Amino acid sequence: MVNLISLVEISIGAVFINNFVLSRFLGLCPFFGVSKKLSSAAGMGMAVIFVMAIASSLTWLMYHYVLELYRLDYLRTIVFILVIAGLVQLVEMALQKYSPTLYEALGIFLPLITTNCAVLGVTIINTDLNQVTGMQYTLIESVWNGVMSGVGFSLALLLMAGIREKTEFAPVPKALEGLPIAFITAGLMALAFLGFSGLNFFTVVGG
Amino acid sequence: MPVELLYPVIVVGSVGFFFGVGLAIASKKLQVYVNPRIEQILGLLPGANCGACGYPGCSRFAKAVAEGRSEPSGCVPGGSKTAHAIADIIGVSAGVTEPLMAVVHCNGGRGRALERARYEGIEDCHAAILIGNGSKVCQDGCLGLGSCVRVCPFDAIHISKEGVAVVDADKCTGCGKCVKTCPRKIISLIPKVHKIFLACSNHDRGAKVKKYCSVGCTACSLCVKATPSGAIIMENNLPVLDYTKEENFIPAAYKCPFHCFTDLVKTRPKANIDTKCNGCAACVAVCPIPGVISGEKDKRHVVDKEKCIGCGICLNACPVHAISMWGVGSNVKTTAGKR
Repeated sequence: MVNLISLVEISIGAVFINNFVLSRFLGLCPFFGVSKKLSSAAGMGMAVIFVMAIASSLTWLMYHYVLELYRLDYLRTIVFILVIAGLVQLVEMALQKYSPTLYEALGIFLPLITTNCAVLGVTIINTDLNQVTGMQYTLIESVWNGVMSGVGFSLALLLMAGIREKTEFAPVPKALEGLPIAFITAGLMALAFLGFSGLNFFTVVGG
Repeated sequence: MPVELLYPVIVVGSVGFFFGVGLAIASKKLQVYVNPRIEQILGLLPGANCGACGYPGCSRFAKAVAEGRSEPSGCVPGGSKTAHAIADIIGVSAGVTEPLMAVVHCNGGRGRALERARYEGIEDCHAAILIGNGSKVCQDGCLGLGSCVRVCPFDAIHISKEGVAVVDADKCTGCGKCVKTCPRKIISLIPKVHKIFLACSNHDRGAKVKKYCSVGCTACSLCVKATPSGAIIMENNLPVLDYTKEENFIPAAYKCPFHCFTDLVKTRPKANIDTKCNGCAACVAVCPIPGVISGEKDKRHVVDKEKCIGCGICLNACPVHAISMWGVGSNVKTTAGKR
């Protein structure tokens, strides 16, 4: 049974309150690596949303129908890494074969995501107990959480790319040019996103 | 031994096995054919990614050629050698590419062209033009701030000590990047075999030009008269050279009273008349410079080596083939001999 309220909660929780980059500090490598240009940031964001959605569904099935069955939940980290890496490789090959246009757009970003901690993070969270409700996500909630976490990641990435394109022309002190000023910017953005953590009238604190 | 101990081994092992086999099968089944010619063509290209072909970088050009969307001769810096090598790979004949080179149509450096102000801003021609259209009185003169120098991928342009841009013919590949970037639009591409070009871009009338540039074109039309084939025409107070029509611009270049033409050949081979000469004086009639060839009728004529400009027009006029070009540099001799 799909609970619409819970999906809305998941959306707001994943995008704003527990933003992957700016609150959980996961996936920082692509966040700094691909945020130099808006266009490549957009492509990377799309690829992350895509991979998070399919990884969420497959790892959820894996967890509930294989690992829990044999009481192997302590192995989920290593199994999830295996599943995600294999899955992304498969998807990349299938895209190149059947959808060259999509491959042109996402292709170069997909290998970057295979062993990304943000993708692993979302699958682990999906199979964790929710801190507020004390329940695990259903399959649909898991996939939705994956999509929305990807949206949150893309939002942070796009904001960062926009800011970095502007700071290119700003008179940054010589010692702080390039990556240092990007770190400071990211820190300030994280501070700003801290403001969302007061939003707990939903049952969205956990995840 | 409890069987449960084997569960993690079996589960992780089978997951790994499943994905391993799956990926192996998929890599065979889903293999996408990538044209091997693309790699071959890419290996032949200069790799400067200059964009002269109209594609973003050498790899995209290689792809376009392999797919038949572009001619093998599209790579200007690679020249005909590259074009032929690519054509061999894809099995079509290479379109003929005449090697081009960039030339700067201005010679008005310090001491020749008058400055009306001193520019102390950013070292860039585009920036200088924003402030009152540059520091020179001449509105078409080279600013000498090196926008073209910075954009050249082959280090073929430098600013002379007089302060105008000069192209190194040996290094220039004719990619045309400087032509696009020059804000004055005074750089153009000419066929490399032609060593002569007009080094002025000023459209003002003669009396006006003379006030501010000693090497400016006054539109006197002497070059037009020196080129009977009509390959030079006056357009808007400036001669326009049609490189497709005439191969001999030497008389025009030497007739110019203000030395507006630049001849990249420093010393051309001079004409020499040998003993076959029967004194018909046909060469005297065609020689563009008066007094170069002299001699009595029906006796062997002589060439004044000081005055001869080496245009080679007399070669074809001589009925007994008594004239040949003597001088320095074999490559120079062939071009002059052709004329």
